[in-house]
Parts: sequence; C-alpha cells; structure tokens
Amino acid sequence: MSTPALRLEDIVKTFPGVRALDGVSFEVLPGEVHALLGENGAGKSTLMKVLGGIYQPDEGRIFIQEQPANMTSPLNAKSKGVVFIHQELSLADELSVAENIYLGELPRKSFGRVDWASLYAKSGEILKRLNCNFTPQIRVGSLSIANKQMVEIARALTVEAKAVIFDEPTASLTDAEKVVLFDIINDLRDRGVGVVYISHRMDEIFTISDRISVLRDGSYRGSLVTADTNEDEVTRLMIGRSLDLTHAIIPAKLGDVALKVDELSCGSLFQDVSFQVRSGEVVGFYGLVGAGRTEIAETLFGLRTPTAGQIEIAGQPVKITSPIDAIGHGISLVPEDRKEQGLVLGMNCRDNMTLPQVGHLTNGPFVSPTKEATIFNIYHEKLEIKTPSWKQQVGNLSGGNQQKIVIGKWLSMAPRVLIVDEPTRGIDVGSKSEIHNLIRTLAAQGYAIIVISSEMPEVLRVSDRVIAMFHGKIMREFSAAEVTEDNLVQAISGIVPDKVA
Amino acid sequence: MNKDTLKSFIGKGAIWGFIVLELIFFSVAGEFLSLSDKAFMDWDNMLLLFKQSAPIGIIALGMTIVMINGNIDLSVGATFALCAIVMLDSMTWPIFAGLGDWVIPIAWLLALITGMLLGLINGLIVWKTGVDAFIVTLGSMLGFRGLVFMYNGENPTSHLNWTLVDMAEADILGIQTPTIIFVVCTVLIWLLMTRTVHGRNAYAVGDNREAAVNAGIRVGPHMVWNFVLIGFLAALSSVVFYSSSGSVNPNDGTLYELWVITAVVLGGTKLVGGSGSVISTFGGVIAIQLLRKGLGHIGADTAMVNLVIGLILIAVLFLDQQLNRKGKEELKV
Repeated sequence: MSTPALRLEDIVKTFPGVRALDGVSFEVLPGEVHALLGENGAGKSTLMKVLGGIYQPDEGRIFIQEQPANMTSPLNAKSKGVVFIHQELSLADELSVAENIYLGELPRKSFGRVDWASLYAKSGEILKRLNCNFTPQIRVGSLSIANKQMVEIARALTVEAKAVIFDEPTASLTDAEKVVLFDIINDLRDRGVGVVYISHRMDEIFTISDRISVLRDGSYRGSLVTADTNEDEVTRLMIGRSLDLTHAIIPAKLGDVALKVDELSCGSLFQDVSFQVRSGEVVGFYGLVGAGRTEIAETLFGLRTPTAGQIEIAGQPVKITSPIDAIGHGISLVPEDRKEQGLVLGMNCRDNMTLPQVGHLTNGPFVSPTKEATIFNIYHEKLEIKTPSWKQQVGNLSGGNQQKIVIGKWLSMAPRVLIVDEPTRGIDVGSKSEIHNLIRTLAAQGYAIIVISSEMPEVLRVSDRVIAMFHGKIMREFSAAEVTEDNLVQAISGIVPDKVA
Repeated sequence: MNKDTLKSFIGKGAIWGFIVLELIFFSVAGEFLSLSDKAFMDWDNMLLLFKQSAPIGIIALGMTIVMINGNIDLSVGATFALCAIVMLDSMTWPIFAGLGDWVIPIAWLLALITGMLLGLINGLIVWKTGVDAFIVTLGSMLGFRGLVFMYNGENPTSHLNWTLVDMAEADILGIQTPTIIFVVCTVLIWLLMTRTVHGRNAYAVGDNREAAVNAGIRVGPHMVWNFVLIGFLAALSSVVFYSSSGSVNPNDGTLYELWVITAVVLGGTKLVGGSGSVISTFGGVIAIQLLRKGLGHIGADTAMVNLVIGLILIAVLFLDQQLNRKGKEELKV
C-alpha cells in the first residue's frame, strides 16, 4: 500500500459542552477520491477546519505523506500542500482571474511592483491545465458560477497540492457543469493527488469516489470501498441505530383542508409543487439546504412571486403578493433566521409580540398598553416564556425564548396555517423538545402546521406526514407509518424509491 | 437602584448631564472671563437661547424620526431656504393683492405645502428606486439649492410685512413664538414616536427592516410619510424664522443639515437606525446652542466655537461607543 497523502490520527476537538470530534482517524491515499459523509452536525466541517488550520485539535496528530504536520493557519496548510475548495466562493469579483488565483501571493518585481507578465503567464498555464475557456485578464465578476468555481480550483493548483478537499462543490452547479468538475477531479486523481470529497448527494458520491468514510456524532464509523457497497449500506452507517425518539405522535383529529397548493412553481427554485395541509395536521418538509423548502414557505407568505400554480385557503383560491396579503388570509411564517427576519432585537418582548397587529390595539390615536398587555400575558403564560418582564429587550433572551416570542407573535394573529421554518435552529436540547411538544399541542388545538427542518429526528418527531424534497421538486410524500430514516435519506438524495427496490 | 437601571439612566440621561456641566462651567468661567457683567444664567439670556435654538431644533425633531427609521435627509437646509422664498415672495403675488393681511396665512400654507412636497419627492424616490437615502437626499440637496438660485439669482428675496413681524416677535409670559412652536412640536413628535402605531413601526423598520416587512408593515409608504414630515418641519422652521427676518439669501440654510444631524447624534440617536429619542434630541439642540452662547460669553470667536463643538461631538460618541461595547461584553459573559 502506498504512503497516504494525508492521514489523521485520533483527532479530538471539544467545544464548551460539545465533543465535536471524538477520536477521528481518516486517511486519503494519493490517486484516490475519498468521499466523506455524515449528517448535519456529524463533525465534517469541524474536521475540515482542523485540517485547514482554522481550529487546533485538542488531541491527535496529522500526517502529510507520513510526515507529522502542524497546521497553524489556512495559508500554512496550503503551503504544506493541503488545499480547500470551499462551498461558498471566496473570490474578489472586481479583480481579474489572475489576481484572484494569486491573491496574497502576487509575483513581485523591484520596489514592490506587481510582475504582471509573469502573473498572467503563470495563471494562463493553470487555466489551460483545467481546460478553461477564459483568459486570466477577465474580471471574475463577469464569470458564471461554474467558471468561478474553476478559478477557485485554479487557486488551489498554484502550489504542488498533495491533498485537495472539495466541500459540497456541486451545490450551485448545473448538471453539465458537474460533468466538467468531475473531469477535473478525475484528472487530479490521475496525477496522484489525494482528493477528499464532501457531499450529501449519494448519486454524486457513487459516481466519483473510490472509497467512502462515514462520520456520525463526531466519531468515525468506518470506511467502505465504493465499488463493493450500495446506498443502503452507506445510509445505515450514517444513521446507525433507529432513533428511539421517533414518533411520539398522538395523531390529532384532522379537520378540513386548510391549505391546498397546486402545481406551484417559482422559476428555478422549485417546480410543480402540490400538497395539502389539513387543520390539526403537522406536515414536515425535509430536504437538503437548497432543495427549495424555504422558498416554498416564502412564496406562501408573499415574499416571492410564484411563476405558476395556485394556492387555496379553506377551499378558496387566493392571490398572495405580499406578507400583508398572507397575514390577511391567515398564513403566518416563523422564519428560518429569527434574528434577521423575525425579531426586532432592540425592542422589548411585548412590542415584538404585538408588532403585526399593533394597528388594531389602539385607543383613539394612541396604542393601548392595556390591550397590548392582555395579548402578551396570554402567550407569555401559554408558551411558558421565561423573561423577567415584558420590558426585557428580546436580544437579551435565550434562543428558545426568542423563538417562543416569534411563535407567540403569530399565534396571537389566530392563523389558519402556521409555517415554522427551522423551529429549533441554534436552540439547546432542552428547549428543543419543549418547542416540539408545543408544535404538537398546537396541532391538537386545530392549527394546520408546516414544519421545515434540516434535522431528521425533528421532522420524524413532530410530523404526521413528511414531504421529501430534492432539487426543487417533491420526491415523495410519506405518512408517519411509512417514513423511516433510510427511505427519507434516499428520497432527499435524489434516489427514486422504485429504482432502489 | 440596580446596575442595569443605573446604566440605562446614564445612557439616556447623558445629554442632560452634559447640559448641567456646560451651565456650571460657563457660569463659573464667565465670572472670570466674560466682558459683560451680566450672569450667564440670566433669565433673558436663557429665553433667547431657546428662541435661537428653534430653527435648527424644529428640523432636528424630523431628522430624529428619519434617522430612527434608518434613513437620513441631507436636503433640509435647501428645503428651508426654498420654503422661505415661497413664503416671502407669495405675499407679493398679484393674485393675493386684495387680501390685505389675510395673505399671511396663505403664504404660510404655501410654504408648508412646498416643504411637504419636497419631502414627498425625497420619500418617493427612496421608496421606488431603493437607492440609499443618503445618496437620494444628497442629490436633492443640490437640486433644491439649484431651484433656490434659479428663483432670484444671487439676490436676496425680501418682503417686510409688519403684521407678520409683530406676530413672529410676539410672546406669551415672555416666551417668544419660536420657542413655543419648538416646544409644542417636541411634545407632539414625542407623542407620535412613543404612543402611536406610526412611532412603533418607525423603530421596528429602523431596527430590522426584514422583520418589519414580515410583520406586515408597509415599509415603503411608512418611510415616505416620514420624509413628508421632515419636509413639513423644515418648512415650519423656515416660516418661524423668516416671519421675523423678512429676507432670505440664496445661501441661507447651507450646512443646516449638518448642524441638525450633529444635534440629533449628540442626543444619542444612532445613525444605523432603530434607536433614539425626541426628548434627547431636544437636549442635543439645547446643548449645542448653550455651547455656542457660552463660548461667546467667555470671549471665543466663531471659528473657536466650531472647533470645540467638533471635538466634543467626537468625544461624546467615542464615550458612548465605549460604554455600549462594555455593556455588550458583559452580556456575553
């Protein structure tokens, strides 16, 4: 066996209260594409940050070609031959391709002048190797996303790379662009570079990788040779056990159809989405980031304009062009990012809660503090919000209590349909189950609820039905009885169930 | 008193502490340095101070709302001059010739309507184009000033109407008309900002615009109303000031926008929006006028006054930033 290009040994990294990496070992051979898999929060990104010198491991060692290496910074890692292609492009749009490729390391002449001739020559060479059809002089801002990704890759090739790490590289690429990317990865492999490929997408992993390693809950769960395994085996390794906190659902008494969505499309974001939600029912939307879940919620709430399709509320077709319309039709949205989209952090708890309806809580020309207090007290008690007083600035509350303020705000509007996007993002474990119970209680009281989440246990725990999305389309709809972690993971990875069976 | 209340008291009351400090300093320093033997804190002197504060102060009230909203209006100085021209010139228009002194309320009304229209223009452009208010009103500042010069070239526009002057110079119990209007406006705008839905929305829009949109607030029209309001207040300020002076130079009101913003910022309103108080702005206006008068009282010239005000503004904001940063760090722990 040849010398590993990169080897990690018993890496441990802890953060206050969390053991993010628990003795992870992992190796990449030169000339192999090694896929790294794991659910959200399994420790992939922490591991990569350790590799890239952003975090220092608490224990364990890193070897590059069996030489112990100590990564102190991203630049240091690069100089040792470990290069990252990041998910989010980090290019300067206003600079040329060549300047971006050599950013921070521009070739110099005397008096600190840039050696443009050598810069363009060297960059041109790299671009040629990548079969790029643009010149090094062109402005990066004028390139397509795929070509920007090429520049990002070109940047990685300025050093003699021993290991190249791709972090979800296809997130923003079209199918045709993916083919080009895979050619480049294959080319790197042929030249003896060790490639680490991180992705959620099963189909891609089986196309490109030689071996697959799986992380779960911060620890290494084994490696498989791609040719000898299948999607089921990988899925099982990713999830491990069947979680015991699955459906503790007491199905509520279902009422009439509160929301019916028919063939709704919004450009390239999502297409032909049809589903319905009955009152008393929780419908979970599960899928990868970028699958179009949040965009559907935003369209229903009037923040995006659909390009086709129809929305019916309680049997009546409605047209929703703004949040004002949506609120008028009884749709409420607890947004994905409560600090950016949900709360006015500098305002107190009461004012935040009454914000959408303060126009109706008046006494003559003035806002009535008594009417506001009545509303606040009801939901303060009902949702068990922990705050010293209504005067407390919302920014000073804990994540869970902030989320309850947002939920209370919309419940006080007596909505027909409550959409909750990522109900427990950034909330600690104890408050999580509180929010979950709250969602179930609200369903029992007859609200029609849509829950969008990237966390599988959460979706399984609260939903009566689960809709799996992939690339802007509904892949499959599961009843609570049918849904398992296996078939859900397969659905959101783009594997059509019929083909698997 | 616990620590939090104390801190918020210092935070909110800082401007009043500063005013007290100024009064003490100038009273004491005046004893040694002043050329006149009148005390600084003389009743008439203080009344004069309020009257002189009124033109900047009335505009500053509007600027407070616009800044809480997360916007800014640089065109108030030009609006101030243009409204003065409309008021003074309209009194000489032939169509109003038969009205006698009844032309006065009509001239006032025309000036106020002009101010509101100019504000409406600003607001609509900000709303419909989405261009930053700083840029839009920088443009309209130049544009409105252009209109001022187009009207009468470099020449002043004058019209002296003695009834008008008498009304402007009138007083109730020694308190002059401009002071009364300034104080009444402060109270009304304070009620608007603290007690009404519009005021509540202004803070919400300035603090987190996205959340405000999501709460169903019509953010665009809301901001337009605020620009109309500041246009109205700039016009009102102009009406108050030129009713007694009777003559406007085309350069009048230049740099007013900056004095107004200085007063508002000194009062603790943040440039980024979301927080601020009309009462503190009132304090900021008084503090600046006090500084000017006080430095004059102890014999400093105008250049010196500007230098000192500039330094104090930076010092105050630096202190404010330090206090806030300290508060935030404590929160994290």
